[in-house]
Amino acid sequence: MCATCGCGDTHTHSDEHQHRTVLLEQDVLAKNDHLAHANRHWLADRRVLAVNLMSSPGAGKTTLLERTIPELPISVIEGDQETQFDADRIRATGCAAIQINTGAGCHLDAEMVARALRELDPPTDSIVMIENVGNLVCPALFDLGEAAKIVITSVTEGADKPLKYPHMFRAANLVLLNKTDLLPYVEFDVDRFIADARKLNPDIVVLRLSATRGEGIADWLDWLRKRLAAHT
Amino acid sequence: MHELSITQSVVDAVLDRLPDTRIAGVQLEIGKLSGIVADSVRFCFDLVVAGTLLEGARLDIDEPGGRARCAECDTEFDVDDLILLCPCGSANVAVLTGQQLRIRSVEVV
Repeated sequence: MCATCGCGDTHTHSDEHQHRTVLLEQDVLAKNDHLAHANRHWLADRRVLAVNLMSSPGAGKTTLLERTIPELPISVIEGDQETQFDADRIRATGCAAIQINTGAGCHLDAEMVARALRELDPPTDSIVMIENVGNLVCPALFDLGEAAKIVITSVTEGADKPLKYPHMFRAANLVLLNKTDLLPYVEFDVDRFIADARKLNPDIVVLRLSATRGEGIADWLDWLRKRLAAHT
Repeated sequence: MHELSITQSVVDAVLDRLPDTRIAGVQLEIGKLSGIVADSVRFCFDLVVAGTLLEGARLDIDEPGGRARCAECDTEFDVDDLILLCPCGSANVAVLTGQQLRIRSVEVV
């Protein structure tokens, strides 16, 4: 290794340094953002509303989808590190679903979603639900071309999640507080949760619901219908 | 661990812009509000560059802090995390800088 510049070569340096600096000034995520922009156009041309569902593992993303699918024209892109479990659950409802396995990856990116969209081939005036890999960190940074980012938190996770995972709550357009039927059995300060989420994102909308029991689902469906109508 | 794919994106972008060029150094700018851990990028860099024209390259990372402006009182202030509260108490705050994730330059042999 060259001791002067630290590069892997064994060359020597004259007084005039042999390296030259090339300015790039390039956003690292430019490629992903470019592909996300293309996805957004592709979706707009078909009048398809895409939403990106993000949460920690086990917050209830797939159960919420199962509850939502019978009510609206929906197809689904499922992201998980491994297995077809979630796509199988979605297909069992009669809904079209594509499973993406990210392997070592902890999030979906725009290129994966572009491939899945073409395979899914969603009809005009419909909704594509993109269920991201269960993770409150990485998915926040990657634009997929979606119209809205939704973060789902369940009351069993604790009310401290917004301040622990600020990037996710800052990126989100909507927060769904799930498993509210369990509120009598857990210590979860709903007011603190909402106040902390608004410290990060003053305009954020928070809806409370129970995907298993059905409470609050009407408000969620109303939110989706309004977004679909505005989008198509 | 999104830093692995971020680091891969850095290397891919450099190889796209400067194909067939031996790279001796890479200068990155990772703002403190970007959500990217610079130490993780350093850890991943040597793994990702192995077998490429960037192998052995030096990695320099500049980590500028964040600045924000309050929409209520127009004050500008430093921020080190995303809990953006103006000294006046308002949370209606816009981030001005600190979220950047950029390749500034590279050293070519």
